Amino acid sequence: MDFRRRRHLGEALIHGFLLLSTALSALAALGIVVLLAVESFGFFSRVSLLEFITDTRWSPLFQDQHFGILPLASASLMVATGAALVALPTGLLTAIFLSEYASRGTRRVLKPVLEILAGIPTVVYGYFALTFVTPLIRWFLPGTGVFNAASAAIVVGIMIIPTVASLSEDALRAVPDGLREAAYGLGATRMEVSTRVVVPAALSGVAAAFILALSRAIGETMVVTIAAGSIARLTLNPLEAVQTMTAYIVAVSRGDTPQGSLEYQTLFAVGLTLFLVTLALNLVSQKILRESRQEDA
Amino acid sequence: MIPHDLAARPGTGPRREARGRRFAVLCGLATAVGVLALLVLLEDILLDGLGVLDTQFLTGFASRSPERAGIRAALAGSAWILGLTVAIAFPVALGAAIYLEEYAPRGRLTQLVQANIANLAGVPSIVYGIVGLTVFVRWAGLGRSLLSGALTLTILILPVLVISAQEAIRSVPRELREAAYGLGATRWQVVRHQVLPRAFPGVLTGAILALSRAAGETAPLILVGAVGFIAFTPRGPMDEFTVLPLQIYDWISRPQSEFHALAAGGIIVLLALLLAMNAAAIILRNRYRDRR
Repeated sequence: MDFRRRRHLGEALIHGFLLLSTALSALAALGIVVLLAVESFGFFSRVSLLEFITDTRWSPLFQDQHFGILPLASASLMVATGAALVALPTGLLTAIFLSEYASRGTRRVLKPVLEILAGIPTVVYGYFALTFVTPLIRWFLPGTGVFNAASAAIVVGIMIIPTVASLSEDALRAVPDGLREAAYGLGATRMEVSTRVVVPAALSGVAAAFILALSRAIGETMVVTIAAGSIARLTLNPLEAVQTMTAYIVAVSRGDTPQGSLEYQTLFAVGLTLFLVTLALNLVSQKILRESRQEDA
Repeated sequence: MIPHDLAARPGTGPRREARGRRFAVLCGLATAVGVLALLVLLEDILLDGLGVLDTQFLTGFASRSPERAGIRAALAGSAWILGLTVAIAFPVALGAAIYLEEYAPRGRLTQLVQANIANLAGVPSIVYGIVGLTVFVRWAGLGRSLLSGALTLTILILPVLVISAQEAIRSVPRELREAAYGLGATRWQVVRHQVLPRAFPGVLTGAILALSRAAGETAPLILVGAVGFIAFTPRGPMDEFTVLPLQIYDWISRPQSEFHALAAGGIIVLLALLLAMNAAAIILRNRYRDRR
């Protein structure tokens, strides 16, 4: 009897610990949202949301203070767009190669290479951008600045190729072989099977991979901090220095802005914007995947 | 599903085949881009950094003069922070994974928790830096300490850890649990004696991979740690710190090329460290697979 009660007590303690761990893990998400929202509140009580969204200048650290997120947001978007131009076609074609063309042996060699590429720390990619890609661009286009958006975009693009390729490949391989066989039976070439049967059938999975990669490109910090520069300006010229949202967060946290000041609070306003944008992209990506799974079932 | 115009294109055989061959080459080339990028990147780093690798570099502290600078404080800081992160993150992640797989009632709340954890995995790492700076450095008053850094990395890798541990636990066959329950075992006895021993190699593999991600993380620690001049090895969890990626970033952000060479040297050491961790994970995974 006594033994059994002790056993019950032990079970209850363990149950409590496990529940607590789960709560901690899940509450972290809620905590981030609450924290960013609460801390941003201080900022938005002093700068109107309208100014934040519409002002075309961002200069919290200068005499003439402006708090328009557009220069930072457009820089993030420009780098992400450039990265997408590199990574989406390359990643999708790589996925088609791996799923439709490569033999099992080739795949066994190539997949680890992609995994290594995905596992390289971002600071290393930053070094690569600054010391290899930037000089290369400046050799072709001598007017380019030492810090420029193009170099960062190209390297972020290389960085997210594995994300696009491996998630797209998963989607392509999930297409039932019956579809391929039917198309071959009608006399289609391998290219026609790939581009007109397999890719369309896997389109939602591929789209989810694209969106997720885009979200990663927007959240990327080290490459843009190292290679794209730290001048917040509204420009469409990729050969100029720009400052992305992530690079601004690094810059302001490295400086010595006093805690509680309006300059310091920009950290949370920019952080919240970044968080909301990437969260929205991730949710869309998940929704696409979930719906396509329901259709299949 | 099959486009109707496929069959209805008579007489274009050779041209279609030529197009098909060109497309195959294109796909092959695209794949080569990734492989080539990796080779060029490694070559760039090895060329720049191999020259600085010597015992002085591994045992010296950060210094104003490039020829005397080293990564001792950074290596010690990385070891400390990874140790602390494992000690905090592993029990919590394993606990959460066990609860979600073996205990939690299947329902809305569990689904919500699960979705929350999945969403966390996609949050940019710099956002965790803001959270760490505010919650641990400021609110909790831990300062720019190793502990603040480890707690920040803990919430960063927790979602990945939980998800990988859940997968390992889920892969244990249902029959084992049912047999044990049938013999009158309690829930914890089933977990402790049936599920965990079989899931453990998978859990450990996931943990090593998550930790190797933490080892290369830079952005969140810029906000929480001390970039730059740390000329001592930490003695306890409340000491200030730098880690290998931070030291590398500090050297990259200086204009002189001598410091860039040091950065490349640091990168070689960091990549070697990550390679060792990943190799350990792969060996573990393969040994587990053989035994089954």
